[in-house]
Amino acid sequence: MSEPLAPQGGTEPEEIAKAPPATVASRLDFAQRAGGVITPIITGIIAFLIGGLIILATGHNPIQAYWDILNGAGLNWLAHPWKTDIANTAAYNFSQTLLQTTTLILVGLAVAFAFRCGLFNIGGNGQYLVGLICANWIGVSFVNMARPAHILLGIAVAAAAGAVWAGIAGFLKATVGAHEVITTIMLNWIAYWLGSYVFQQGGPLQAPANKPLDIPISADVAKSAWLPDFWGIPELQGLHIGFFIAIGMLVVFWLLLSRTTLGFEVRAVGYNPDAAAYGGIKVRQNYIRAMAISGGFAGLAGGLDMLGYLHHFGTIDVQAATIGFLGIAVALLGRNTAVGVGLAALLFGALVYGTTHGLQSGTIDPSLAGHLTEIVQGLVVLFIGADVLILAVWNARRRLRRRERVTEAAEATS
Amino acid sequence: MSTYAGGVDRVLRSRLLEPASVGSFGILLGVIAFLLAIPPITSRSLTWSLLVGILAILFGVISVTRGAGRVGWGAVAAGVLGIALAELATRSSVGNLDQVFTASLIASMLVFATPLTFAAIGGMFSERSGVVNIGLEGMMLMGAFWGIWGADKTGSWITGVLIAMLSGGLLALVHAFFAIHLRADQIVGGVAVNFLALGITGYFFVQLYHGENVPTGISQIPDVNLAKSGSHSFWADSFGHLNLLIWVAIALVPLSYVVMFKTPVGLRIRACGEHPRAADTVGINVYLVRYASVVLSGILAAMGGAFLTVGYLNTYNENVTAGRGFIALAALIFGNWRPFGAFSAALLFGFSTALAFRLPVYSESAATLFQALPYVLTLIAVAGVIGRTVPPAAVGRPYKKQ
Repeated sequence: MSEPLAPQGGTEPEEIAKAPPATVASRLDFAQRAGGVITPIITGIIAFLIGGLIILATGHNPIQAYWDILNGAGLNWLAHPWKTDIANTAAYNFSQTLLQTTTLILVGLAVAFAFRCGLFNIGGNGQYLVGLICANWIGVSFVNMARPAHILLGIAVAAAAGAVWAGIAGFLKATVGAHEVITTIMLNWIAYWLGSYVFQQGGPLQAPANKPLDIPISADVAKSAWLPDFWGIPELQGLHIGFFIAIGMLVVFWLLLSRTTLGFEVRAVGYNPDAAAYGGIKVRQNYIRAMAISGGFAGLAGGLDMLGYLHHFGTIDVQAATIGFLGIAVALLGRNTAVGVGLAALLFGALVYGTTHGLQSGTIDPSLAGHLTEIVQGLVVLFIGADVLILAVWNARRRLRRRERVTEAAEATS
Repeated sequence: MSTYAGGVDRVLRSRLLEPASVGSFGILLGVIAFLLAIPPITSRSLTWSLLVGILAILFGVISVTRGAGRVGWGAVAAGVLGIALAELATRSSVGNLDQVFTASLIASMLVFATPLTFAAIGGMFSERSGVVNIGLEGMMLMGAFWGIWGADKTGSWITGVLIAMLSGGLLALVHAFFAIHLRADQIVGGVAVNFLALGITGYFFVQLYHGENVPTGISQIPDVNLAKSGSHSFWADSFGHLNLLIWVAIALVPLSYVVMFKTPVGLRIRACGEHPRAADTVGINVYLVRYASVVLSGILAAMGGAFLTVGYLNTYNENVTAGRGFIALAALIFGNWRPFGAFSAALLFGFSTALAFRLPVYSESAATLFQALPYVLTLIAVAGVIGRTVPPAAVGRPYKKQ
């Protein structure tokens, strides 16, 4: 990232000003051209290998553990996909994996869209929470609405809330140059405490149905706002139609970026803000717009989760929610492309569900395996951020090959 | 009058009358307006607070009209806030007030400020050398977990803290390697380091302690008893029985100031953060300086974490740092990348946390919302409302040797 962390004061040293604007977007684009789809795959493999080493070092069998996680995620269902009855454990697990994937696609898109504009949106989790809270509010409040209208209103308000939350960071970036990483981190924590507040005892949304009144959770969303399930039943967290909305958003993301003027401007700013400004693109306006759209995706994720399967939320849930952060790994692994984000979301969705609720294993305990997700996530982000590592290996090999060719040629001529 | 003394007099007078100083004085008055209404003074009428608060606003207006806009508006805000808070305080019962504003409030402010101070000072070293360190939270968490593990296994808090420092330093080394040698994006690297720490500590917490039972009675960092155990004066309650690491943190502030701004080492660190190529040209090993600074930041952040578990809680639960590393980052920015600034911010944030723990006496919701205060303040600070923050010029830029 090229800019310092806050408004730039004074004159910059000449040479720094001359350095090429290495925004994240341009770096990643370079890496993509250099490494293609191979680098994310290598990165993923290395991350899982190191995870396996940790499993091995702590006295468990890594191959068995990964196999159990694979089954826990329901990926074995793909071997016999005609058994769609959720009484079948594999089918049920796979539907749950897709439920996680739905959320991860959207929070991944949130990070990816900002990246394309050269912005690093770390605030996915905060935007997700804000969306979730607003969806809960709409879902609980307007009980007499017709079902489609209620659902649409809930989703729209959630997305708008996320957009506003991220828009604050975009606005501060555009007006006073406050670094979006710092502002989104702060907004994450403000959302965290705001969420803790609204669901705690005496908070505006705290009202547990059929439970002692001192439990810090919200009321259930009215049935008229529940997203219809298409696989499974609501009592068992069925897979709701939000999954298709998420898939649709992948298409929207692609269309928006590659087929509209807005997307062109966003990408231009992402590659090089100075050149974009020279070309007549309003850079500041694009910062705000890109952050708002980015936050909209994350807010939508919160809305779909609330109306789709959570239906209620509590203070403890707010404080434990970290799925928004996974968006960073999803976007980076998916190379900020629609297809990549979809695949990476599936991978992490499987990992999230397969290491926790879905896992039935004598080798590794779910409470242990759950943290494996965080380790793999960290390693993926670390290695993707350091494409240099993979590129260095790549270049070294090419150089070696060239040298061989030169010596061969020399031998041939001599 | 000798000319020399006259000169000093003139300088003093002109400094004191500068709009900015007037504004700062106004801010101070605003704080005093509030302090008048709470223990130990506990003035039961609003008169004095009102007077002082109005004076603060007046001073603010003076400095605004003379061109020191930011400080002046700050003074106006401080005056208004001071009066409002004093009004609230005089309305609530003395019993409640005594419960919230005890002398131990200062002690608990210091307790909450200590991990922030360690991590913020650490972050200062890293960022002054040109490497952004979002990973403070993770390094702190590593220190918190491995510190208590070390104290548990070896039976001594000293080795516990040393192991904590080692773990934080190692994680920082990973960050440094990726940021400096591989020239990876430093923010992405920092985020990754946080996830890694969360995963590693979580994993080993379950593996080593089955996720719950850290045995009780682990060797704890001792308190420094300055006051007799029976005495309950204001000073004794505030400073009499503070933990050893709190004093270390307090001592660290001037120490790091001297190192950073008065020694050649500090000059080198700052040179690497402001203009690495120039530093390289005059023979400073930029990579070495950056490596050392980042590792030092990890060590210090881990000490903050170790204080939390080995010194204060004497136990561990999952993700015990709960965002303190990010508050430390906020304190660093709020304090403008300076030791005393960062320490003041850490004290302010520590105070707000300590207050938040006592506010449930009044209202549960206020207490929760109050916890968001450090983040809101930092948001306002980076927005440039309260003075501008100026980071090191080359922070976040990887350096490539030529």
